[in-house]
Amino acid sequence: MSIQSNGISFEHRQIADLIKPQATVLDLGCGDGELLAYLLKKKQVEGQGIEIDEQAIYKCVAKGLSVFHGDLDSGLKDWGDKSFDYVILDQSLQQVIYPDTVLQEALRLGKKVIVGFPNFVHFKARWQLAFRGRVPVTPALPFEWFNTPNLHFLSLLDFENYCAKRGITVKRKISISANKIIRFLPNLRAETGIFLIKKD
Amino acid sequence: MSKENSIGKTDKKYYSFAAPPNELVLESGEKLGPVKIAYETYGQLNKDKSNAILVEHAFSGDAHAAGYHEGDDKPGWWDDLIGPDKALDTKKYFIICSNIIGGCKGSTGPSSINPVTGKPYALDFPIVTVADMVKVQKYLIDHLGIKKLLSVIGGSMGGMQVLQWVASYPESVLSAIPIATTLKHSPQQIAFDEVGRQAVIADPAWLNGNYYDFGQPERGLAVARMIGHITYMSDRSMEEKFSRKLKEKSKNLKFTSDFEVEGYLKYRGDTFVKRFDANSYLYITKAMDYFDLSGDKLIPRKKKPGIRFLVIAFKSDWLYPAYQAQEIVKLLKARNVNTTYCEIDSTYGHDAFLVEIEKESHLIKHFLRSVSGENGEEYEYSI
Repeated sequence: MSIQSNGISFEHRQIADLIKPQATVLDLGCGDGELLAYLLKKKQVEGQGIEIDEQAIYKCVAKGLSVFHGDLDSGLKDWGDKSFDYVILDQSLQQVIYPDTVLQEALRLGKKVIVGFPNFVHFKARWQLAFRGRVPVTPALPFEWFNTPNLHFLSLLDFENYCAKRGITVKRKISISANKIIRFLPNLRAETGIFLIKKD
Repeated sequence: MSKENSIGKTDKKYYSFAAPPNELVLESGEKLGPVKIAYETYGQLNKDKSNAILVEHAFSGDAHAAGYHEGDDKPGWWDDLIGPDKALDTKKYFIICSNIIGGCKGSTGPSSINPVTGKPYALDFPIVTVADMVKVQKYLIDHLGIKKLLSVIGGSMGGMQVLQWVASYPESVLSAIPIATTLKHSPQQIAFDEVGRQAVIADPAWLNGNYYDFGQPERGLAVARMIGHITYMSDRSMEEKFSRKLKEKSKNLKFTSDFEVEGYLKYRGDTFVKRFDANSYLYITKAMDYFDLSGDKLIPRKKKPGIRFLVIAFKSDWLYPAYQAQEIVKLLKARNVNTTYCEIDSTYGHDAFLVEIEKESHLIKHFLRSVSGENGEEYEYSI
């Protein structure tokens, strides 16, 4: 993910734009807490994160954030229905063991859910796969097969199909490549997809 | 840590209240009075009395949490955490630590003189609970003119008192930091406590608690403490500290201490009996075993107190395992309480809360900053 001069990625800005001020937010897999800290500052949200990595917890706490040390596959059942205005899964859905379960849980405890993930079928990835015979390594998918935290690979189209199948409403869809919004052929040209979804 | 960033010389203070006929009514319904409470304070209380932090000591601790008493070489039990520029920064905060009732370090307990008989209470001392300990602390806080504590912090039984503050006086705490603790003792924890109590009671010198004219039941109390120390360490930390090293070059083939670990436990037991009252041991372990804030008792259903939590557990702690801290977190999630939870990777076992200073300090320092409304690091954006 590209970082702009002031430290906030284009993708995080897009996510922040989806969130109403003073909302309650749960960030699943919040990492170092960059997005949450930004949301606290920019949108005065009441934020809470979950993160598995201990060192990342220390960084979150240094930013003044509230964060749970734990994994997403088991840590969500304790909250009541619609406990948060927004639940965010930014670059974490493809890394959990049971994405379907995590997403259903996210939709249960969030009034709205924001999902951001790398588009596996971006043309660069297709090129590497089809013509070079290599598993893709791109700016949005920067890992090698032996060190990738990504357990699942999906496209923007896959996600939309999934939502349709599960009766999930897609409220907004933002396709991004190289700090730009992609409107033409997003499933081919976008490196990252951000979806605002809900299920009542 | 060196003496340089120490708070320096500190002394114990006392506050007495509940003189008859206005005795303190305990959770059991029994009355106790007068009640004396030993406490220490570090740093300055600010004008609006909003910077006070109450430190809760663990089972055998005392009010002397930081700094040096006149003539002492060793500082208070949490000196690494309390002092100028430390996690509990005495330049910013007013730190209070008091000895629990039922204890033997200056606050009223079974070894105190019963005003009715003129002799130590011994087993006439009423059963006290963690709720009673906290109730007494509330009197002290009121006496100091503090309406709301910025934070209550403590490990082990200190953590139980932290949770009890939230349950008993939610309106009087802004934040809570329970460390290496639980909502209730498991049967395993009760079992260890009971073995300790039975070791004391089985010592003929215990004399049904009436040993004050003759000396402590030292053997029993020492054995109890030895068991305790095993539970405070981890298999790994014991391996690292002692391995199978012998005290002398060869085994002496008698039942004296051969191994270093035996010598360590014996030393711990022997020093403990010089500083701790055997009856206090019985009363306090029982208070821990009775403690239970599970279910709706910590925070009533449908209540969302404006209290922020920092819950800390340690990976190798098998006396208060991380799953017990997660039980606390689970309750807090269900009540939508603003919470941070960290399971610190440590090999020190339960002792970690006194030893893992660097990681613990980082969490506590930044959490308190955030609670006091200070900005976090890397927090400036050009928006």
